Formats: sequence, C-alpha cells, structure tokens
Amino acid sequence: MLRLERRATPSSTMSIVSPLLAAAGMLVTGFLLFSALGKDPLEAFYLFFIKPLSTTYGIGELLLKTTPLLLCGLGLALGFRANVWNIGAEGQLTMGAIAGGGVALWFGDSDSSLAMPLMLLAGVLGGMAWAAIPAFLRTRFNTNEILVTLMLVYIAQLALSWLVHGPWRDPQGQNYPQSQGFGDAETMSVLINGTRVTWGIVYALGLAVVAWVFSQKTFAGFRMQVAGLAPAAAAYAGFSEKRNIWIALMLCGATAGLAGICEVAGPIGRLQQQISPGYGFAAIIVAWIGRLHPIGVVFGALLMSLLYLGGESAQMGMGLPSAITGLFQGLLLFYLLAADLFITFRLKRTAAPEAAASTPKPATTLENA
Amino acid sequence: MNQPTIAADPKPRLVLTGITKRYPSVVANDGVSLSVRPGEIHAVLGENGAGKSTLMKIIYGVTKPDAGTIMWNGQYETIAAPSQARRMGIGMVFQHFSLFETLTVWENIALALDEPVPTARLAAQITEVSEKYGLPIDPFRLVHSMSVGERQRVEIVRCLLQEPKLLIMDEPTSVLTPQAVLILFKTLRRLASEGCGILYISHKLDEIRALCDTATVLRGGRVSGTAIPRNETNDSLARLMIGGELAECHLTPREAKEVRLDVEHLTLETPDPFGTSLKDINMQVRSGEILGIAGVSGNGQKELMAALSGERLSGGSMIKLFGQAVGDLNPAKRRALGLTFVPEERLGRGAVPPMSLAYNALLTGARKGMVQNGLIHPSVMRTFSKHVIDRFKVKCGDEHSVASSLSGGNLQKFIVGRETMLQPKMMIVAQPTWGVDVGAAQLIRQALIDLRDQGVALLVISEELDELFTISDRLAVLAEGRLSPSVKPAETSIEQIGTWMSGNFGDQASPAAADPRLEAAHA
Amino acid sequence: MNPLVPMIASTVVAATPLIYAALGETVVERSGVLNLGIEGMMLIGAVAGFAATRASGSDTVGFIAAAGAGVALSLVFGFLTINLQTNQVATGLALTLFGIGLSAFVGHNLAGLPVARLAPITIPGLTAIPVVGDLLFHYDIMVYLSVALYLGVLWFLTRSRAGLTLRAIGESPAVAHAIGKPVVGTRYLAVMFGGATAGIAGAYLSLVQTPMWVEGMSAGKGWIALALVVFGTWKPTRVVIGAYLFGGVTQFQLFAQGFGLPIPTEFLSMLPYAATVIVLVIICRDPKTILLNQPASLGHSFHSAA
Repeated sequence: MLRLERRATPSSTMSIVSPLLAAAGMLVTGFLLFSALGKDPLEAFYLFFIKPLSTTYGIGELLLKTTPLLLCGLGLALGFRANVWNIGAEGQLTMGAIAGGGVALWFGDSDSSLAMPLMLLAGVLGGMAWAAIPAFLRTRFNTNEILVTLMLVYIAQLALSWLVHGPWRDPQGQNYPQSQGFGDAETMSVLINGTRVTWGIVYALGLAVVAWVFSQKTFAGFRMQVAGLAPAAAAYAGFSEKRNIWIALMLCGATAGLAGICEVAGPIGRLQQQISPGYGFAAIIVAWIGRLHPIGVVFGALLMSLLYLGGESAQMGMGLPSAITGLFQGLLLFYLLAADLFITFRLKRTAAPEAAASTPKPATTLENA
Repeated sequence: MNQPTIAADPKPRLVLTGITKRYPSVVANDGVSLSVRPGEIHAVLGENGAGKSTLMKIIYGVTKPDAGTIMWNGQYETIAAPSQARRMGIGMVFQHFSLFETLTVWENIALALDEPVPTARLAAQITEVSEKYGLPIDPFRLVHSMSVGERQRVEIVRCLLQEPKLLIMDEPTSVLTPQAVLILFKTLRRLASEGCGILYISHKLDEIRALCDTATVLRGGRVSGTAIPRNETNDSLARLMIGGELAECHLTPREAKEVRLDVEHLTLETPDPFGTSLKDINMQVRSGEILGIAGVSGNGQKELMAALSGERLSGGSMIKLFGQAVGDLNPAKRRALGLTFVPEERLGRGAVPPMSLAYNALLTGARKGMVQNGLIHPSVMRTFSKHVIDRFKVKCGDEHSVASSLSGGNLQKFIVGRETMLQPKMMIVAQPTWGVDVGAAQLIRQALIDLRDQGVALLVISEELDELFTISDRLAVLAEGRLSPSVKPAETSIEQIGTWMSGNFGDQASPAAADPRLEAAHA
Repeated sequence: MNPLVPMIASTVVAATPLIYAALGETVVERSGVLNLGIEGMMLIGAVAGFAATRASGSDTVGFIAAAGAGVALSLVFGFLTINLQTNQVATGLALTLFGIGLSAFVGHNLAGLPVARLAPITIPGLTAIPVVGDLLFHYDIMVYLSVALYLGVLWFLTRSRAGLTLRAIGESPAVAHAIGKPVVGTRYLAVMFGGATAGIAGAYLSLVQTPMWVEGMSAGKGWIALALVVFGTWKPTRVVIGAYLFGGVTQFQLFAQGFGLPIPTEFLSMLPYAATVIVLVIICRDPKTILLNQPASLGHSFHSAA
C-alpha cells in the first residue's frame, strides 16, 4: 500500500521536473480530449503546438503574446514569493492601458517624440495606482488582497467599457465601442519585419534580468522572500511587513500596467472593450510554472503564449471553440499543483507492521544528532 | 511519603515487547520493552528526544509500531486508533493539550466521547468527577478563558470520565505551579490506589523520585535501564538517562554594573482575544547579570517578549535600552543598538525552515558585513555561519544544510550562537532549553553564563524553575501580566515562587488571591 | 403599480444564488478548507443545469445535474488539497480558471438558445393576497428551498454533534485527529456540499434569473459569495442577511432607472464590486473580529503524520 511520507529536505530536482510532468499530464489529457471529441489527436497536436511556430510571423506572434505574460508573471512571481496574493493583474493591466491610452489620445496624431515615453510612463503609473488600492487597504486596514484585487478587475473593465462607449468613443467609428486609432508616433514600431513584434518583448526580457538580480542578489529581495516563507521570522528580524507589501504590489502594478500599454499601443493600436484575453490571470499560472523564479517565468510565459496561439490555430483549423485555451490552462495548473507534491513528499510502499523485520536503514539515532 | 496500596493481583496490565518505530531521519524507538501492573505508577524517564512521546503515541493508538507486540490484560492486541485504546481503558493526557479553544469544556469532552451523551447529564458527570478527584472545573466555561493549569484539568477529567485502567501522563508538570504539582500527585496516588495503572512521562528527576514506584529509562530510543526511583539518587538516574553525570553550572558572584534595560510602568493591551495584557511592569537588567523570569506560559511571556524585542511597538518611553527610549523602534533598529534575542519558537521565527544556515545567518546578521550597498555577500554569510557551527558544536551537514533538517537542540544552538556572535550588549532569551537534549541544554546555559561574565546583560524567560534557579543572579515571576519584585535565588524558595505564580506578590496581593480555594484554582 | 414590490422581489431573486453558494462555502470554511473555486463551480453548474434542462425538459433534472457537476469538480479540488495537500489558494484559483474554461468549452453551442424558465409557484389562497402575496408567496421553489437550506445549515452547525465535530476540525485538525475524529472524511463531505450548492447557485442563474447560457455569466458572483462568508463572520444568519443586502445592491441599477437617476450604467454595475471591497475593509479592520471568528486552521493543509 502506498503512503505519502514527508522528505527530510524539499527536493530541488523535483522542483524542476514537476513543471515538465505537469506539461506531460496536460498533453496526455489533451490527447484523450481530442480523441473523445472525434478529432484526430495528432492533427490537433500539430495545429496546437507546431503550426503556430512554423513561420516567422508565427514566432513573432509567440513573442508578442509572451510580452504581457512575462511582464505580469514577473511581478506576480515576486509578489507570491512574498505571500502577497495579487489576483488582479488583469485589472492593473487594464488601468495601465487606460492611462497610457488616454495620453495617446491626448497627443492625437502629433509627431512629438515625447508621446511614446509619456505613454509608457503613464501606463506604468496607472497600473501602480490601481495596485496601490489593495496595498493601502492591506497595510492600513488588514484587508486581504485576494478579493480586493479581484473586485478591482471588474471595476477596471467596467471603467474601460464606459470610456470606449462614451467619452472616448471614436466619432468616426460607426458607433463601435472603441477609441480613435492611435497616431504613428503613438504606436509602438515593429521590431522584426514580417511580424508584429514590438519593443515590448525587449522591455520584458530586460525586466526578467532585473528581477533575477533583485530577488537573488539584493537584501530587499531576501527580505521579501523571508516574508513569504516565514512571516514570524520576518517580524523577528525587523523586516517591515508593510514595506514588503507595498514593494510587491507596486512592482506588480508597474509590470502589469506596462503590459497594458504595450498591448494597446502595439498590436491593438487603440482602446477597445476587449484588450486582453485574460493575460493577467494566465500570468498567475505562468508564475507558478516558473517556480516563482524569473528565469522559469520566461519559459512559463513562452509555454502559455504557445497555448494561446494553439487555441486560435485549433479554432481556425478544426472548428474547436477558443475556450479550449482556458481549459488547457486550468488543466496545466491542476497537474502542476499535483506534481509539486513530490517536492515535499515521496511515495513509499509500506508493509504491515508485523512483517517489518526488514534490514534497518542506517538512520541516525538521536544520540548522534 | 505515602505507600500506595497496589492491588493484590500482580498480573501486568500492559506489556510492551520489542517495540520499534522508524521515521525518515531517526529511529524513535528501538526494541523497547516495559510492563505496568494495576495500581503501579511507572515512570518513563528520558531526556528530550529519547523517544518517550513516540512510545506513548503507539500505546494510545495514534501511531503504529514497525515491530514489536503489545499485550493488554494478557491478550495480544493491535491498537489501531485512539478510540480503540479508549474502549480498552487507556486514557492519555497529552503534553500539548488536545483541546479546542473556541469550544466549552463540555463540548470538548463530548467530542472525545465515543457515544453521545445528553448535555445536562454530561455536565453533571463532569462536575461530579472533577470534584471527586480534587480538580474542580465548570463545564460551561470556554476553554480559551482558562489558565493552562485549568486546561490540564479538563484533559484529566476527560480521561477520568471513561474510567481508565491505564492513564498515560505526558510531561504533565511543565505547565503547573509547584502547589498545583502537589495537587496532581494527590490525584494520581488516589487513582493508583483504585487500581488504575499510571505511565508517567517526565525528565524531572525530583518529581519521579517523589511519585513513582518504578521507572524505565529511555536513551536514544532504547531502554538503557530500569530502576526503583525511591532507591536512587538524582545522579544515578541521570547516569542512566544521559550516560554521564549532570554537569552543574556555577555562577561566580559578580557585581552588576550599569543598567542596560530599564522598564518602567509598562502597560500594553493585547490585540489577541486569547492573549494576556501587560500591567504596570517594572524591571531593570544590568550589565553582567542574568535576570530570570519564571512563570507558567500564558501569563504574558509572549507579550512581554514582543514588547521588549520590538515586534510589538509600545511607543513612549516605557522601555529604555542603554538609556534610550526605544518604544518606537522595530527589532532591526533595536539590534543595531546592541540588543539580540532568542525567541521561543525556533522554526518559523528564530530561523526560516527551508533556508540554509548561511542564509539564516543573514536574518539577523546583516550588519556584520553580509550586506553592502543593498547587495548580499554570500561568502561573508558562509564564513559567519561556519564560525557559529564550530564554536557551538552544531551538528549539521554544513552551512548549506537547511534549518528544518537540524534537530531541535542543534537549531537552538545555532540560533543562540548566531545571536551571541553579533556581540550584543544585552540579550533576551525565551525558553532557552525547551525540547533540547541535555548536552545541548548544558552548552546553551554555559554560553549564557559566559556572556554574563563578559558583561552582557541577560534576561531569561523560562518555565523550568530549576534552570532559572541555577543560572539567575536575580529572579522574578510573571503572573497574569504582572511582574513580581525580583529576589536572589538564595533568598527565596520554590514554594515562594509557586505562591507568586498565583499572582499573590505579598504586599501587592490581588484580592482574589486571599481565598485559598481560588489560589488552588489558579494553579 | 407600486414599484417597490418588483424591486423587493427582484432583490430576493438576486440574493438566492448568493445564499446557496455562500452557505455552502460557510460549511466548507468552518471545516478549515478555503475553496476559492466557487466561480468556476457556479459556471459549471450553470451550463450543466442549462444543458440538462434543455435535454430533459425538466428543471428538476437540471438542478440535480448542476449539483452533480459541482460535486464532481469539487472532488478534484478536494483530492488535490486534502489528499495531496496542495496550496489551497492556488488550487482554488486553478479550479476557477478550469471551470471558466470548461464551461465555455462545453457551452459554446448553447449560447443564445432558449430554455423553459422555472416558473414561480402559486399557493392557493396565499399568493392571491395583494402585495404580501407577491412579496412572500410568489417565488420559484428554489427560493423557498434556500430558506430550508439556511435553517438546515444553522441547525447543523449549532446544534448537531456532527456540526460540533466539523467546527472542531476547523479549529484544529491536528487535535481532532489526535482524538480520533475523521478529518479527511469530514472535509471531503464539506467540500462536496460546497460543490453541490455552488452548482445549484449557478443553475439558478441560467434557469431562473436570466434563463439562458452566456459565457462567464456569473460575472463575479462566486467571489462575492466568498466575501459574504467573511462579511457574515462565518455565521449562517449573518451570511444570509449579507446575501439579501448584496442582492439589493446588484439590483440598484433597476432602482436607479426606476427613479430616473442619470448615472451611466457601467458605474451602476460597479456598485456590487465596490460594495464588496468596502464591506471587506469594514470587517477586517479590527483584527479581533477575524481572530475570534475565522476558523483557526482555514487555508492550512493537514498532514496526519502517521
């Protein structure tokens, strides 16, 4: 009979293997799902994972979708490590888009070289301002940030809806709920010909390096990690809990806000009702798959981006609903959580108590301890 | 001393043969055998970590042994669960109480019963049994409003209601005042005279010699010997327990110098509904002396520690360190002034469990060159940790071992060592040797005395009266959030300290302490 | 016609799914488990109930299917968090994401299709009473069942022996295990109960409130149910009161239109979410409230060290 037994020390090998196990689990389930739906599983796999990457444009799309996932994921990973559960990155992303988009609309068609930097700055500040609300409520009023950040997502999306239906609606837009298109100086330029890739991916990768330095090499990063692992120890050491919470949420808000402005100033080119297919939520999975480590988050973002592209490709090629992406995302997280089990526990086969005349392991007795 | 009348029937109630239990990192029990007769008070003696608790868990059905047999009243039995143990007639009073704080006494007892009993009848039974055995309790009180001693009564009454034939007491006296210990012994002797066997787990040699008929000594998971405690001395029992003599700590009398910690009229409300508020605490600790604070846990120790360390800001100038008001300074800032402290909880507060010892050094040692310009320097952390490991004989892999892989004693040695090597001017230590094996306890106490001899001011909060009597220059008692005046150990006695633990400080008597029944109730 | 009566009636209808979901989660949390996946389970219940009712023509079959779907999903959550001791917050989030995705996937052919709406009951003699009849005796059967559920949960938690065991497990599973209580089994049953009620709550949305299926139609009601448990400090009566208050807030849009207030609809739609934040701030402000009422083991994994 199998039993779960706690390991003496958490296994770092399993820490790396478990996301691979989870991905494998997801693939196997996907295989079964496609067969059950009467679709050829191999063809579905091709459409999902290979076809999107088969052209330069496809690779570009991969990098394009990786950008917001990576940006949000980096901030979230840092926050989760510090036990700050920001579930509302989607809302901070939306606010960043609104703030940056508002600046873009104000510049209109102007050629000014200030336009783009100000837009990016506004995006970052917009996300940070939105994240300041849960930070303030938690540090001042002990309010748990999970539900607050989530409620703010709905509020942010409604605010965007109001703006593109009302005051910011394009007067020449035939009543579509969207803003005027941004001018040339207000749109991020394409980095690689034949794709839609913008500078966003460069910012994202650069921030990944910064995040790595911050979390591994700085004392501030250490303090946040202790706060997440053992809050009582952080208090004992005199690490300010309030400061950690503010840092975590401000960083999340900044990266998510940047993701928002990069989306609307990049591939979308205007403000509209739907600016994100749930990047802020998918980034939560990205952070977990990446083991809350900046390098891991890069790989997690690439994988998640591929899932998005695969969903679109399967929809076009096989008539599968686009919701299949959400399904796979949820499955991946489930498998990941299950596989993570093996980091702290191992499986043991136990014999009945009487039959335990087996050779004693060379375990240390307390005398030697 | 009363000789309990042991029933004429000499056939043993419980016989353990060759009990073995292994865990991933340790063999807790290795071929343990013992037997208990009806009416016998049998001590299971051993230092912390010798395997006593594991053995009791096996008898009570919480854990199953990997090898060995259990015989009950002459029949082989496999005890699969606590409910079965209870049905057989085995009762257990845990060291760490198995009580639900947000429920009442009768609800707690009802949960432990295997058949439902109507509330009114249960309440009547509780009152009757508790008074019969000299441990009166009110069935409708919420457990979180009760003192630790009262809670233990609930545990005992819960067992007594099921008319046990064997009662296991796991380290019962660490939460009792000296007076309450005497009451407990009376109760146990009465039970034994009625034919109930008692397994008494402890490491307190004086108590065992006073109470118990027989003793089995465990060392490193094995039986190192049996004895009749009445015929032994503390030294001979200690030799069986640890394989050597109990080393003594000696304090050479010193003249204490300037005041380093000055607490005046410290009054602090606790935000925790289950906590204890501090009321008008006054004390001073000088350079080169150890002030010991005695008291059963739950009387404000946690709150006092948090106020002194800075984990709870008290504001104002009620607390002065080295002449400076520190009420608004957090722990890191107080450390910068020269205060270090060793908390009661090791894993999770004194150290971060999944982090290595080197990184745990960074927890409080940042000032020692481990952080420069905001960046951490792992090499400095490693060197520091290696020094701590060497000087304090911490048994571990190396400085990369994670904190959670160390035994309790070794982790405590590391934490004490880390705080010592920060070269403090004042150190506060809470429960320095709780759950620590005798060798490590010895080393830790000596380390504290060495610090004192070097001129450091020390405040030690501990539940172990013997320890405090050994290492303190002066002693005070914390009871219900108030602090007694301090005395030299030579000028007081265990009995007086026990009285103070009830809150009766003599001329500062609380009105309730006048009534002797209430005084016993506080115990 | 008195505009107050339909406003109150619509408040009751709006509150009913919140009552089901929040009462279920109250029981779950009192056992020490934090299940953030209510939103996902509600959507699965909504689509399952919708599909089953269309296929069978019977609402009863629909609600039973919804409950079953909720239970099935909750079992996945239960297995992960109780047996495998995964992080409860992350697993709950995974459940939500999975539920959103699965319900959208399964229901994508069902959008916009009609279904027989669950009709309000009529009690001879009582429903016909003017005003009071419409206020009290003219709801669909699920409203009355929600009252029965409230009474049942209240009795269970405060008076029954099983409820006492559940509360004890919620305070300290380690101690409960030490005295031989079935921690794992009790928590599983609680989680399944929460799954069933969340599923029923979702079906109420797709079969009664707006009888149709739309992707993501719960629009955050699952999260509001979680907030209601905190608002009610884990006590059934307060949770139900909170549900009616929130029902009122969600219907404020109608009230505003009824009174001709010139506020953009998006801002009115923000009200329930903003109200949730405000309510949480008020309740969490005093740390004593949480310390005295929140089940002590909420969110922590329990491993029986054998």
